[in-house]
Amino acid sequence: MAKLTIADLKKIKEKVHAEMSLRDGERRVKITVHMGTCGIASGAREVLDTLLQEIAEAKINDIVVTTSGCMGLCSREPLVTVEILNQDPIKYEYMNPNKIRQVFKRHVLDGEIQLPFVLARGAEITK
Amino acid sequence: MLELASHILDIAENSVRAGASLIEIDIDEDTANDSLSIEIIDNGRGMKQEEMEKVLDPFYTTKTVRRFGLGIPLLADAARRAGGHFKLESQEGKGTTVKATFGLSHMDRQPMGNIISTLIVLIAGNSDVDFFLKHRHNDRRSELDTRIIRKEIEDVPINHPEILKYIRGVLEEGFSEIKPEA
Repeated sequence: MAKLTIADLKKIKEKVHAEMSLRDGERRVKITVHMGTCGIASGAREVLDTLLQEIAEAKINDIVVTTSGCMGLCSREPLVTVEILNQDPIKYEYMNPNKIRQVFKRHVLDGEIQLPFVLARGAEITK
Repeated sequence: MLELASHILDIAENSVRAGASLIEIDIDEDTANDSLSIEIIDNGRGMKQEEMEKVLDPFYTTKTVRRFGLGIPLLADAARRAGGHFKLESQEGKGTTVKATFGLSHMDRQPMGNIISTLIVLIAGNSDVDFFLKHRHNDRRSELDTRIIRKEIEDVPINHPEILKYIRGVLEEGFSEIKPEA
């Protein structure tokens, strides 16, 4: 396989530019994977990596993925917060690659909250 | 923590929380000296002397949501168990450097694990921070600098799936060239 070069990056940029002009840049969903020591130790990295691959496969551009620190519920990690525009955030507990695939396909894409995995609805309040 | 790549992710996340804009990760495998060293250098807000003395204490944390902070103690312990050392340098307002060394062939050294996944997760989750990975295995080297990529892609976000795919490809190529032992 030919080596990846800066020239490849230019091609990708042009391709992404062409696609971007066709869509509006609205962000519909924000997904936060909690990446504290506790999250990392219980598999948050694999959860986020799986999520990134699912997003790439689905070829959608209106999702922002980000990480945050520990929120004090270490025993329920990996935790993932899904925020869909104009809806309450949903926190999912004990995530793993298979569960996040299900949450992505059913909740993020189809809008059905995956109740068996839900920890809470709403945002946490930090003191 | 079962692999060194998880420790790297954890320490780099500390750097992100310390407001770093550039995080350098140096991995150095030296067969002749039987040593593996991992260094994470950030330009975050740094620590005061009193804070530095406390970071190895598992019951010290700056967070308010819980009463313990295990990231650094776990890495220091992993190094100690594998015949290595842990060193922390920090200057308030300048940044922090965390260095851990391990016996490369030591029986109790944790495996490196998936360093590519660690980098991708760091870049995707912290798109406003730059990362510079330097991976050396004896005389073979591989590097990835997100500052160079960022300059090239202009207004395309670095966490765009196509860009992440490119970065993953570059990391995989570098990896197969240097053939790490760890």
